[in-house]
Amino acid sequence: MAIKPRLTGYRRPDGMVGIRNHVVILPVDDLSNAAAEAVSKVVPGTMALPHAYGRLQFGADLELTFQTLIGTGKNPNVAAVIVIGIEPNWTNKVVEGIKLSGKPVFGIAIEGQGDLKVIEQASRVAQAFLQDASEIEREPVQYGDMILSIKCGESDTTSGLGACPTTSEAVDRWVEAGGTVFFGETSELTGGEYLIADRCIDDACRLAFQTTYDKYMEVIESTGANLLGSQPTQGNIAGGLSTIEEKAMGNIAKTGSVPVVGVLAPAQEPDKNKPGLYFMDTSSAAAECITLMAAAGAAIHLFPTGQGNVIGNPIEPVIKLTANPKTVATMGEHIDLDVSGLLRLDYELPEAGDRLMTVIDRTINGRLTAAESLGHREFTFTKLYISA
Amino acid sequence: MAGSAPQFLLHHDGDSVAVAVMDLLPGSVNGAALKGGTKYTFDLLAACPLGHKFAAVEIKNGEDIIKYGVRVGVATADIKVGEYVHVHNMRSARWQLSRA
Repeated sequence: MAIKPRLTGYRRPDGMVGIRNHVVILPVDDLSNAAAEAVSKVVPGTMALPHAYGRLQFGADLELTFQTLIGTGKNPNVAAVIVIGIEPNWTNKVVEGIKLSGKPVFGIAIEGQGDLKVIEQASRVAQAFLQDASEIEREPVQYGDMILSIKCGESDTTSGLGACPTTSEAVDRWVEAGGTVFFGETSELTGGEYLIADRCIDDACRLAFQTTYDKYMEVIESTGANLLGSQPTQGNIAGGLSTIEEKAMGNIAKTGSVPVVGVLAPAQEPDKNKPGLYFMDTSSAAAECITLMAAAGAAIHLFPTGQGNVIGNPIEPVIKLTANPKTVATMGEHIDLDVSGLLRLDYELPEAGDRLMTVIDRTINGRLTAAESLGHREFTFTKLYISA
Repeated sequence: MAGSAPQFLLHHDGDSVAVAVMDLLPGSVNGAALKGGTKYTFDLLAACPLGHKFAAVEIKNGEDIIKYGVRVGVATADIKVGEYVHVHNMRSARWQLSRA
């Protein structure tokens, strides 16, 4: 079961394994989006990743932005990176960080020369990177070589009955094969966080988890908002979920039965020598969460949904599954796997798990997900506080 | 109801709420527990859309509401067997200001 020679992927110079081969044009800041997008038009096989931040941030908030940018460049689904920033210092910092992965990186700053000269120089390098990347061959890989990430959204009660337990099957199989899995969504564990604490592998892990959880709750509660009207969301309530605890139980139902081996800060890479299930401190907002997980090296994402989320990510393929037959009927173009048969008792969880593994295998080998085929490239940074 | 497809499911035997897995109208409904497979029949008192819940046992105001075998909220009114359960008669036990 562990060895599946028919799986192929890209083995990067740092040993990480990816399933896509993107040449990315990465703006350091919002001001550089236009030049980055222009390069991706001049060299159409490349992909620009525009985003909204990167100016006048400071402290931990700035560090997280750097880590997200660098981690995105280092992600094993990325073959090579062009970094464009308004000024050279932060541009170089991002370039140097990505260089640690051993992949081709080129950085260029706009100040002193303007967009047009930058677009020309960057486009020439992007063309060379793209042609070189097209020669990188797929090699045999296995689950244990890759990081899987999971996060659900637009959840309803069918998530907890079908899509999340099916995801659990994949999590357990992935970890048993020696792989690493990320889950997150700190606030959405509320009411079930003791179940995660119980699954932590040792006291140090448990303390790290509890501290992370308590800190996130303090931030939320200090606003006085108490998440009234946000958790559960209006979509969750329309789907039948009544409380955050009920939502949390569905959320936790996707995390498998394996122990939690570690706790990660947002976008933090796991210990390469310690595979297994990791909790990452993240927002429960889908695009923010997946962006952070991809920046920590995740190659493939599982996204159980109830009412129907449309999320994708530019560099990490997102596989969406649902057990809600109405969502399958009304939003089928967004769904990679229909497990509504679980609600009809047509089959049981192990078979649903088999079906999901087949979709995972095909996605690893290059089949585009629904989100990839529809151009869903949500790339969203987590801001810790206001900019200066 | 034709065949054996359930109209509702309970996560665990002993849960105090059941989940409709198709749009249900008031009247007699048949379902099962996901774990254990026990069959149940209830007299549903109000329409219950797919994914929504109704009470599988009588629940008093202030009592825990059990799903997945654990507490997922607290009743804010007395709830009869077969009665629709949602934000109008249950609230979070964790966040006291949660919609009640």
